[in-house]
Amino acid sequence: MDILTLFVVVPTLTVLALVFTKNLRQARVTALAGMLVQLLMAFHLVWKYMNDRAAGATDLMLYVKDKVWFPDWNIHYYIGVDGISVLMIMLTSLIVVAGIFVSWKIDDLPKEFFISLIALATGVFGFFISLDLFTMFVFYEIAVIPMYLLIGIWGSGPREYAAMKLTLMLMGASALLLVAILGIYFHSSPDGHYTFNVLEIAKHANLSPAMQKIFFPLAFIGFGTIGALFPFHTWSPDGHSSAPTAVSMLHAGVLMKLGGYGIFRVAMYLMPQGTVFWTNFFLVLAVIGVVYGAYAAIQQTDLKYINAYSSVSHLGLVLFGLLMLNKVAWNGAMLQSLSHGFITALFFALIGMIYGRTHTRDVRQMRGLLKIIPFLATAYVIAGLANLGLPGFSGFVAEMNIFMGGFLNNSLYKQIMTVLAVSSIVVTAVYILRVVGMMLMGPPKEEHKGLPKAQWFEKTAVYILIFFIAAIGTMPWWWLKFIIPSVEQFLKPFM
Amino acid sequence: MIEGVSIQVILTFTTVLFFIGLYGFLTRTHLIGILISLELMLNSEAINFVAVNKYLHPEFLQGAVFSLFILALAAAETALALAIILQVYRRTGSVDVKEVKELKY
Amino acid sequence: MDFSYVIWIPALPLISFLLLGLFNRYFRKEPVAGYVGVASLGTAWVLALYTAWKYFFEVGLQNGQYVPFTPFKWEWIHFTDKLSIDMGILLDPISVMMLVVVTTISFMVHIYSIGYMHGDEGFARFYAYLSLFSFSMLSLVLASNIFQIYIFWELVGVSSFLLIGYYFVKPSAIAAAKKAFIVTRFADFFFLVGILMIGYFVGTFDIETLNSEGTIAWIAQHPGPVFMGLSVVTWALILIFVGGAGKSAMFPLHIWLPDAMEGPTPVSALIHAATMVVAGVYLVARMFPLFYHTGDGFALRVVASVGTFSALFAAIIALTQEDIKRVLAYSTMSQIGYMMMALGVSGYEGVEGLGYMAGMFHLFTHAMFKALLFLIAGVVIHAVHSNLMKDMGGLHKYMPIASWTFLIAALAISGIPPMAGFYSKDEILHAAFEYSFIIWLTGFLVAGLTAFYMFRLYFRIFHNGTREYHHRPKEDSRAMTGPLIFLAVLTLTVGWVFTPFSEYVTPTRVPFHYHIHWGSPLVLGSMAIALTGILAAYFFYYKPTEYPQKVARAFGITYKWAKDKFYMDELYLFVTKRIIFDKISKPAAWFDRNVVDGMMDALGNTTVWISNRIKGLQSGRLQEYGIYFVYGVVVLIMVFYFLNF
Repeated sequence: MDILTLFVVVPTLTVLALVFTKNLRQARVTALAGMLVQLLMAFHLVWKYMNDRAAGATDLMLYVKDKVWFPDWNIHYYIGVDGISVLMIMLTSLIVVAGIFVSWKIDDLPKEFFISLIALATGVFGFFISLDLFTMFVFYEIAVIPMYLLIGIWGSGPREYAAMKLTLMLMGASALLLVAILGIYFHSSPDGHYTFNVLEIAKHANLSPAMQKIFFPLAFIGFGTIGALFPFHTWSPDGHSSAPTAVSMLHAGVLMKLGGYGIFRVAMYLMPQGTVFWTNFFLVLAVIGVVYGAYAAIQQTDLKYINAYSSVSHLGLVLFGLLMLNKVAWNGAMLQSLSHGFITALFFALIGMIYGRTHTRDVRQMRGLLKIIPFLATAYVIAGLANLGLPGFSGFVAEMNIFMGGFLNNSLYKQIMTVLAVSSIVVTAVYILRVVGMMLMGPPKEEHKGLPKAQWFEKTAVYILIFFIAAIGTMPWWWLKFIIPSVEQFLKPFM
Repeated sequence: MIEGVSIQVILTFTTVLFFIGLYGFLTRTHLIGILISLELMLNSEAINFVAVNKYLHPEFLQGAVFSLFILALAAAETALALAIILQVYRRTGSVDVKEVKELKY
Repeated sequence: MDFSYVIWIPALPLISFLLLGLFNRYFRKEPVAGYVGVASLGTAWVLALYTAWKYFFEVGLQNGQYVPFTPFKWEWIHFTDKLSIDMGILLDPISVMMLVVVTTISFMVHIYSIGYMHGDEGFARFYAYLSLFSFSMLSLVLASNIFQIYIFWELVGVSSFLLIGYYFVKPSAIAAAKKAFIVTRFADFFFLVGILMIGYFVGTFDIETLNSEGTIAWIAQHPGPVFMGLSVVTWALILIFVGGAGKSAMFPLHIWLPDAMEGPTPVSALIHAATMVVAGVYLVARMFPLFYHTGDGFALRVVASVGTFSALFAAIIALTQEDIKRVLAYSTMSQIGYMMMALGVSGYEGVEGLGYMAGMFHLFTHAMFKALLFLIAGVVIHAVHSNLMKDMGGLHKYMPIASWTFLIAALAISGIPPMAGFYSKDEILHAAFEYSFIIWLTGFLVAGLTAFYMFRLYFRIFHNGTREYHHRPKEDSRAMTGPLIFLAVLTLTVGWVFTPFSEYVTPTRVPFHYHIHWGSPLVLGSMAIALTGILAAYFFYYKPTEYPQKVARAFGITYKWAKDKFYMDELYLFVTKRIIFDKISKPAAWFDRNVVDGMMDALGNTTVWISNRIKGLQSGRLQEYGIYFVYGVVVLIMVFYFLNF
């Protein structure tokens, strides 16, 4: 079995093993074991990828494997990874492990919970390795559907409503996406040898500009919806606030990244002329998302809502960076994907832990947590500072690349858009400090005194995430080594 | 070519018969009545087949054959329908069509 | 000469920060954390002095000009072939001078805090923050790349936030910390845009390259787009100056500085008096050749105007404040305005560059005496447990060291020879006089006001009759008085002993010497107005008198405006609360929930509505289906009939 297929097989086996577990203890240990294997494999993949590149592997995609699974329509199980997918796989494995630690004490239907969680992860892993549009789409759907169960069953608040909204909006988006994929498929070849293979399509470039102009917005909105593109982002606040902690982490940390990743890999790569045609339009939406998400976050009182709007703002930056169509901005967009994954997962994990203690997520109901639960509160401050783009943490590096890339465009329009996007850093500071000031500082409340301190599994999850946030923030060049070669390849159609 | 009877007469007759059947089908509430109305419509079509065949292509027999098909189908269908009606009667104690709405689920 | 060891100067505080920050729990026993901090800063201080000695007197001067050294430079983020964020060290006269300032003050504050923070439960945390600040500030000072300045600019901002909010249980401290961070962040937004513009239109972030003659000539030939009559690079420089004005508390971005006094007093001395707040001045000085040569020096004129206005504005407010730390804060703002003014009026070549030199010299001397003033304020506050002047008076006999050192510092800031402040202030006024009479006049007036409010402070704290105290106020810790004496000695001597910093720090890096003409009307004038201020304060405040109230009443509404800080806080509150929160943010949140989300909900609800409407069609009644069928057939027949099929 090749190294990439294992990334789908191991979670599947974990799910199967979970079916036979009897109680929480067994379920969580099984899930953790499976995902630790996955994590080790991910580290191994990173290591191997680095060595192979250093040894002179120059192909765009490594470890490619091709197997036909539906010959009539020429659908292949075609997999391969480049530096970006390798990093995304690592991010996913880490967040899944952190998510399992966070759900260590879930008491409601634990077995089913872990099954759904890991099924979701399977879809994500499959998505990141596949290079065949149809297979990609299948994995995408696999990732979206368990979400409905996870929110609908284990969620809080208006969970049925949130689950339904999230699923329906994402399904609606994937309908658009399917149209785009079929459109690409049926125009992929002039002589009837249609293919779903991303690399083939890009190589032959048979799509006429007129077709690209039609299908690009479909693909962009289709992927953009899961990447919180304004005005299709509203599933995110409701969905994230209702979802259980681990699911919010995985969803905001990883699943929302499928959007930017898909746009980068499918929409822009296969339809360059369409991209150029539509850039200025979507740029407006992206900038609105960035600024408006930040302003909307100021007014929220629910921690998860604040964070959801913050995600809208920060993922808006990913789309913004992608639309800038140059290397620096794309590097930034990829780094921002990673960075936001770690930061937002840390946020949601901490919110879950704080909620588990205080039983409220309303910032007005909490005060002085720094005195009561210093570890979690300090971690929250760190997450906040990372989120507002403090140097030394990942957000800064990513944002600077995006802004610089935006400004390097020889177009006054794009530069003005960049300045507007930059203004979000001020608003971000406002909403982060508002939470820090209201919730963490101040005299502690009487009824909160004596809340339990952080336990080992919680600390593990927090340490893992902070470590990577700081690692990206202080050593960006290491991460950029993975990203730059792929970005250069993917930029070729625009040169 | 049937002596002394024009095609108009026959078509008028079958049309009247068909619409009587249709009217009965739509207005009767008794299941047996609906079945009878259905038979009326089928028979009007059978007569149409024979008559039109005679006027258009007297040398062929397809029209007559079709009317035989219709008879056979009608017999089979009546048998099935009566069986269903019987079952409905056993379950609900009535053969009123308004009572039989469960089938929509 | 190999200066690569200089990297240890910022690295030592970093190590101390990581040690104290990550292993906080092992440093619970009180003085240990302090010793770690003091040891790292002490070593850094020695290294900095050694570097300064080497640079200024041994290796720096080559062919009559100080040459820059870049012992260390490392590409951190690569943007394009020309643009990158480098982490580097640039040694030239101003950075070496700043190195000495920052390490000296930081070292003193580290020592002082052992006494001041004694018994505080967050002792180790305090030292961790202090070390983080020292690391960031030293890296900022040494930066060789403007983006590196920005990076550490943000980091000093966050350490300032953490230290102002050190007493995080106090609501006023939280508010002050937030205010400081957000206001400076707002200014940083402009700074960042300025940097991006420089990156795009000039094509380099490297400070040496930016300031080089080649780049300046290139900019002159390629002015780029013009907006409102100013070239794009001029705009970029103005934006960068806005960033500097935010950190340096220039009008109208100064509102955070007085509130920042909520932090522990050693922090005010280190960050909000001596080092971080002069970062804006340093930034302008750092890029001075660019400022001077681009667009006819328009950006410098902006610097001069803002600086002059801030100096006067703050001095007027300082006259009326009651809280001693706030008086000192406004005084800091006023003195920084002075430095900005000096930079703004400066020329470039030779003696023309006097303003620049004076500004830097004043930065140096001001750091010494202002840190000293704050540290004394800390001792006094520690002793009487109040910030307000009305709770003090007659302290001279209880706290002689504090009193004498305060007197020295107050004489220095007023500009009385031979204290440090006299020399730098005199040079500034001289440079301003050469440039514009109005600016000189304002500076001259500010000098008088400064002398008056400083001695108002001095007399009201230490004299003003005698008072009874519950606890006998005393100077209890040698850790606290030691730095006072050391800084007082520096304040006394630094003006005429350590002249290198006044001579060698010039825009072109060519040293020149400035002689004070003792008999000239300028020098006598400035001494006279300082003495006038001191004498006025003596008559008003040496003994409790009725004069202050009378004068206040005579000024009427003007006095009240000044006392309420010209309502700048209220204006900002209005803008943030009433406009940004209520008029932008709230509608945005509402719009999202009701319009954007409403659209999505409407889509769902419409589907449900339609389905409710049409689900009646499937009634289960056989005959209704029959009727629909018949109608359908009729309609189809009619359609086909009319369409002539």
